[in-house]
Order: sequence, then C-alpha cells, then structure tokens
Amino acid sequence: MAQLDTREKLEILADAAKYDASCASSGTTKRNSKDGKGLGSTEGMGICHAYAPDGRCISLLKILLTNSCIFDCHYCINRKSSNVRRARFTAKEVVDLTIAFYKRNYIEGLFLSSGIIASSNYTMEQMVEVARSLREDHHFRGYIHLKTIPDADPELVHQAGLYADRVSINVELPTANGLKRLAPEKDGVRIETAMAEVKAAIIDGKDAKAKYKSAPKFAPAGQSTQMIVGADAATDGDIVRKASTLYDRFGLRRVYYSAFSPIPDASAVLPLQRPPLMREHRLYQSDWLMRFYEFQPHEVVAAADDATGMLPLDIDPKLAWALKFRGSFPVDVNRAPREMLLRVPGLGVKAVNGILTSRRWRRLHLADVARLTVSVAKIRPFIIAEDWRPVVLSDRAELRPIVAPKPKQMEMFA
Amino acid sequence: MRVVTLSEPDDFDGWRDAARGLIAADVPPDDVVWQVGDEPVDLFATVADPAPVPAPGAFSVPRAFLDLARSAILGSDPERFALLYTLLFRLRREPKLIEDRADPLVRRLDRIAKDVRRDIHKMRAFLRFRELDEEGGTRFVAWFEPDHHIVRANAAFFVNRFASMRWSILTPEVSIHWDGKALCEGPGASKADAPDGDPTEEVWKTYYASIFNPARVKIGAMLKEMPKKYWKNMPETALVPGLLAAAQARESGMIAKARDTVGGNSLIAWEALRDEAAGCTRCPLYKPATQTVFGEGPVDAPLMFVGEQPGDQEDLAGRPFVGPAGQMFDKAMAEAGVDRSRAYVTNAVKHFKFEQRGKRRIHAKPGAGEIDACRWWIEQEQMLIKPKVTVALGATAARSLFGKVMTIGRERGRALQLPDGGEAWITVHPSYLLRLPDPVQAGEEYARFVEDLRVVGGRVG
Repeated sequence: MAQLDTREKLEILADAAKYDASCASSGTTKRNSKDGKGLGSTEGMGICHAYAPDGRCISLLKILLTNSCIFDCHYCINRKSSNVRRARFTAKEVVDLTIAFYKRNYIEGLFLSSGIIASSNYTMEQMVEVARSLREDHHFRGYIHLKTIPDADPELVHQAGLYADRVSINVELPTANGLKRLAPEKDGVRIETAMAEVKAAIIDGKDAKAKYKSAPKFAPAGQSTQMIVGADAATDGDIVRKASTLYDRFGLRRVYYSAFSPIPDASAVLPLQRPPLMREHRLYQSDWLMRFYEFQPHEVVAAADDATGMLPLDIDPKLAWALKFRGSFPVDVNRAPREMLLRVPGLGVKAVNGILTSRRWRRLHLADVARLTVSVAKIRPFIIAEDWRPVVLSDRAELRPIVAPKPKQMEMFA
Repeated sequence: MRVVTLSEPDDFDGWRDAARGLIAADVPPDDVVWQVGDEPVDLFATVADPAPVPAPGAFSVPRAFLDLARSAILGSDPERFALLYTLLFRLRREPKLIEDRADPLVRRLDRIAKDVRRDIHKMRAFLRFRELDEEGGTRFVAWFEPDHHIVRANAAFFVNRFASMRWSILTPEVSIHWDGKALCEGPGASKADAPDGDPTEEVWKTYYASIFNPARVKIGAMLKEMPKKYWKNMPETALVPGLLAAAQARESGMIAKARDTVGGNSLIAWEALRDEAAGCTRCPLYKPATQTVFGEGPVDAPLMFVGEQPGDQEDLAGRPFVGPAGQMFDKAMAEAGVDRSRAYVTNAVKHFKFEQRGKRRIHAKPGAGEIDACRWWIEQEQMLIKPKVTVALGATAARSLFGKVMTIGRERGRALQLPDGGEAWITVHPSYLLRLPDPVQAGEEYARFVEDLRVVGGRVG
C-alpha cells in the first residue's frame, strides 16, 4: 500500500468518524491561556465553528485514530468485512492537526475515536497518548472528547478521563436483540459496566476535588452515549425509555441519536434506506422535553401512538402530548405554575421565564405573550390571558389542523 | 435640547456618565440628542446645551439594567442610546420595570442585546486566522466584518484563548493587535490588508468535505446557524454548492450499490432478522399470541406473497400459511402452475390477533396501528429478499405495502409500483374464498384468484 499523506488520511479518518452525532464542546470547566504558556480556552458554552450542509455543527476535529477494526458490526462502515480504504494516524499527526486547526480558530478541540486494532488496551493506550501529548507537551487547554473502549483496562479509561473533558461509550442500539443481530461481538452488559465505572470515577473525582483543591479533574464535562435509530426494531417508546434509564443509571450528560444512514460498502445484514431524519429530530425533541421541560419519560411515551409506539412525525411531541391531553388546557398565563406553562405548545423555556417575571408586576394580556414568543397564533388555543379565553378553539373537535404545521414541500437541493 | 457626544459607537462609560448627569438634572428623554464623534447633529438641535456635568451622589440602578445596557450599547441601531436613556428615566419611577420582559421598550432593548450577543458569538465561531510570516516570527491575522460594534468587547475572548500567539483582528471599523503581552488598537482596515490564504486551509477544507454526510442534507439547519452573510470570510463555505450538488447521487449510489450487491450472507442476515423478530414488542399483540410467525421461503425468491396475519394454526405452529387459507393458497398456486417452492410467504402482521370466545380463538382484524407497527419487518424482509414481484393478498397486506388504503376491486389485475419502486400486484386473500357461502360465486372467485396467480407467475418467468 502506498504511503498516505496527512491529508489523505484525514479524508479517510474524518469520513469514518462522521456517523458519530456528538460534536458538543460545552459543559466543561472554564480555562484560559492568559499565562502565555499554553494554547486554548473553554468557556462553558461550546462554539460551533462551522456547519456542514447536513446541518450539523462542526465544533471539534472529529476523527478516528484508525479505521481498521477487528470487530464486524454490521451498521458500521469500519467493520472488518468492509472494503473501505484503511488508514492510521500516528499520535503526533493527530496532535499537530489539532494544534494547527485550533490556532486558526477552526475548532474548539478534538473528538478522538478509533477502530479497535490489536487489542482494546493497545488502542486505548494510543488514544490516551494523543490526549497526554496535547495536554502535557503542548499545554493544550481546548476541549478533548475521547471515545473509550468498553473492554479496555479501567486504569486506561481512568487516564483518559484525567486528560479529557468528556468520555463516551456508545450503547449503539436501543435493544438487546438489535445489538445481538447487528453487533454480535459487542456485549451490552460490558458496555453498561464500563459506563458505570466511568460514572463512579466522575463521582470520585468530584469528591476528591471537594477535599483537596489540587486533586485532578476527571472528565469535567461528564460522559455521553449514542444510539442508532432505525437499524433495529425499537419503537420511539422503547428508545425514550432506554434513554431515560441511561440518564438515571449512569448520570449521562447527553444521549445522542443517530439516524441510521447509508454507508459505502454496506453489509447485507442491514439493508440501506434513507436515514429517518425526521424521526431522529422528534427523538431529540422528546429528549429536550425530559431535560428542560420537566416531562417524565412515561409522559413522553404517552405522546406516542398507543398501537405503534411511535411519535408523530408531522407534529412535535409537545404538541402531540397537548392534543392528546386536552383536559390540561387552557393554561392561565397569569396564574399557572411554571410546570404547566412549560407544557404549552409554542412556549419555550425563555418565554416561560419571561412570563413568570413579568406577571409579578401586572396582569398579562395576549399582546404581552405575543411579544415574548415567536408565534402567538399557535399558542392561543392553549392559554388564557387577561383579555383572552379560547372559547371557540378549545371546544372545536379538531384542533390539530389549526395548530399543526402546514405540510410543505420538503426542500431538496437548493 | 441637549446634545451628548460619545467618543466611540461602543462607548458605554461615556453613555453612563452622561446619563447619570442627565438623570440628576431630571432631563426628559425627548430633550436629549445622542451622537457619536463628529457625526452630523440633529438639524433641529441647533441650539445645543452642553451635556450636564455628572452630579455627585449615587443613583442606583438594577443590575439587570446594567447588563442589558452593556450589551445593547454595542448594537448598530442608532436609537440605542436614546432607548436606553428612556428606559433608565422610566426606571426611576418604576424600578421593577426591568423585570417586565413583555414591556415593549424592555423587549426592544432585549432584542438589540440579543442580536449583539449573537454577533459576539458568531465572531468567536466564524473568524478565521491566517498565518503570516513576518519579522520576529509568525503572526495570525483575521479579517472579520461584524454587524455590531462588538470588536473591543470581544477582544478578551481572543486574548484568553490565543495569548501565546501573536495575532491581529482586522475589521472595517477598528483593528486590534496582540503581541503576546498587550493589546493595542489601530484604525479600521480592508480585506486587502489581510493575508489572502493559508496552506492549512486546504487541509481544513478536506476535513469539512469529509465530515459531511451526503445522506443527511439539511440546508435549512445549516443556513439558520451559518447565514450566508458570513460565508465570504470562511474558506470552507466555497465547497458547499459542490457538496450539495453531489450529495443526492452519492446517497442513491450507496443505496443502489448495496441493493445490487449479491448478498453472500443474506441467509445469515435473514436468520438474524427472524431471531430479532422473535422478541418483537413493537405493538401489544405479542402479549396474548403464542409466538412471532415470521416469513418463510428462499431468500433469493423472485416472488413474495404478503398475507394478513397468522391464524390459529400458524400461531401454534410458528409457521406462515399452514392453516386452511394456506392450504387453499398452495392448491391455487399448483393450479396456476407457479412453483410454490420459489415463493417467499409472509404476513403484514406477525402476531395472531384474536378474540377469545369460550375455548375458541376467533380471528380479529388487525388495526392500522398494528399494521404500521409491523411494517418495519416487512420492509426489512423486502430489502433482504428483493423480490422481482410482491403480491399483496387482501386489503391488510395492501395497506402495509403501500402505506395507505387500497381498493382491491380497483387495483386488482395490474402491475403497481411500490413506494420504494418495486413491482407489486394486489389480489384477494385466500380466506375470502373460504368464507363465500354461494358455491357458484366461490368457484368463480377461486378461478379469478388462480388467474391472478398465473399472471404474477408469468411476470417472474
């Protein structure tokens, strides 16, 4: 095989990494380089330095160390049996690329993952070496996300957490049957054990930090995971329940969803189709309902169709819930508690906070609510204001056509 | 009329000192004209009283107002100074007004501040440095065109991040330079003053093109966060039109290639799928049923028949088409001269739905929800087996394959196109033939059914 230069390797190893949805660079501790020695800073809030035409944020240099792999997971472009071109970065190449991109303000940092070569421990050692070199040799203070390998020695995972802001392990598929079919060499129990170990290390790290100021931070931006949507038979209800279990058991910061997407040289076990992007979008919305809108998992599941267990695709899950539980509406913007205001379709967290502070000083009219939101027309049927009561609308049998978005031609290739 | 002259468009301290004095003198907002530097003065303010000297004595304003003012003052809206002073003037009598986010004035200033914050964020995100060799080492130089007067306010961010580098940020209004120790300011610049390239940009563009997934084009989502006005100073955006133009072909190419590939392991794939289906809980029908009844037949079958759902006998046997209707189907296939052993048979719904009447389990028609829940399996079977012709036996199968209600009487007897492009035919379900009470009619219908099978058999040779 001819020697590949860095750019050719980058082409292969970025292409191989793009099926990982996560690119977040937020939620870590604040750092800067004002001492003039290092490079980089983190602000708490992440920055997206560009957007690809797939609408995804490009915040980190997201690459694989190598796309060679001893596993044969059917959904994965890098599986052993795939005919994709293989490449491998040296640790130094990754470090140099990261620094060069960072200095030009292209990225917030590095998201490093890898196919498994030789052994899990060997692979993990190589990844830790990249992070170590960035932090110790170059005093890099930007963001580092390391994908850890479930079967690697916990001591190596621990080292990874000391250098990285975030560590993650993908659960890959929402159901055990799906994992068995599509990733026969992966072990769901082992994955969850590894997540539990990372959780314990994060808690220990926080405890140590509380006792000794000099104690090292362990993965200050926590851990996350990813599930592939549409490759196995899981319903939206199954996925929402699985995600909520993961949040509860392992204290995850984020669960990412990745619509199963066509890959070059696909396995016959997993036939290709267009990725279910709208479904993925609805699942992210349901995730927001649980994280920011005080919805319980069973309430999100209740918004799904009872027979199919699937969330509607034409309307968002919050509106679906409201239409299904109309008895909870209308909500009085001048009296209702925060948790009920958060249930109103079209009222975001900021608008609700605005209502709560404003109404302390006077009674709110519909025009006030309109100023706080994007479109009052969608909200009107669900609220009561000083000068507004949705008599006609809420009694009308078919509310859905009024509030649901009008179907429109999907944009194709502008 | 009083005229207040501020030194710069982002001169917060100047505005605050002037506003303090004006408030102390109880000057109403309508009597003040705000201007920056030597901009032309309001024509009607010919007799200009000088702005009052700041009066001693504290005037306390809410913290939230100061936060709002610090952001809003950076806006490009020429009325921002006056709007802020109006709000300040009102706050003296209504100190809680700042908390009323629905008040029109507060709202308008909130908007200005929000636009400013977004501009600050986008500058941090989209500014691109280019490396320049100069005497004494390298310098990183960026050209950026902000919408608002944010450059000075944003300098600290770049100092914190790039303190060990030497860099310059050039903008039309002002330039800032960092030499590793101190920040200094220069006049506005033009794009020509910045370097016109950097070899690393080609590597970055390689990354940008490779990280894009052509199967997930979402132009709206990209434009919402990265509006076109920023594109001209971002090297990677030059690739967008080409990436979009090629995306559809790349995606359909991948799908087509995967479909055409002779699946050496499609039997293994089918077995794995069947095993996964055995644990299906996608709809509640799995609870009372004995087992999942998956499809059966060769994985390279040219003909695929889709029935409604397993019946009592199929549910117990775990195999499709073994009950009375299945036997009728086998007989008709033989009479039509179609090789039954080359057909793949399956059902739209893979669990038996029934009502218990005493000891008997009476067939119950599956609902649209159950058909939709089970469609996932049919789609997987279709994609694996890739039959030349698919035949829907009855309305439930047709609903499943086409995703909508199909009228058998109207669609029967001609080739139809499935939503994914394959060829399909619709005929009756054999159980319909078993239910006809009139023997003459039953005979006629049976003959029609056999004729339908003969036609579809002919389609696959």
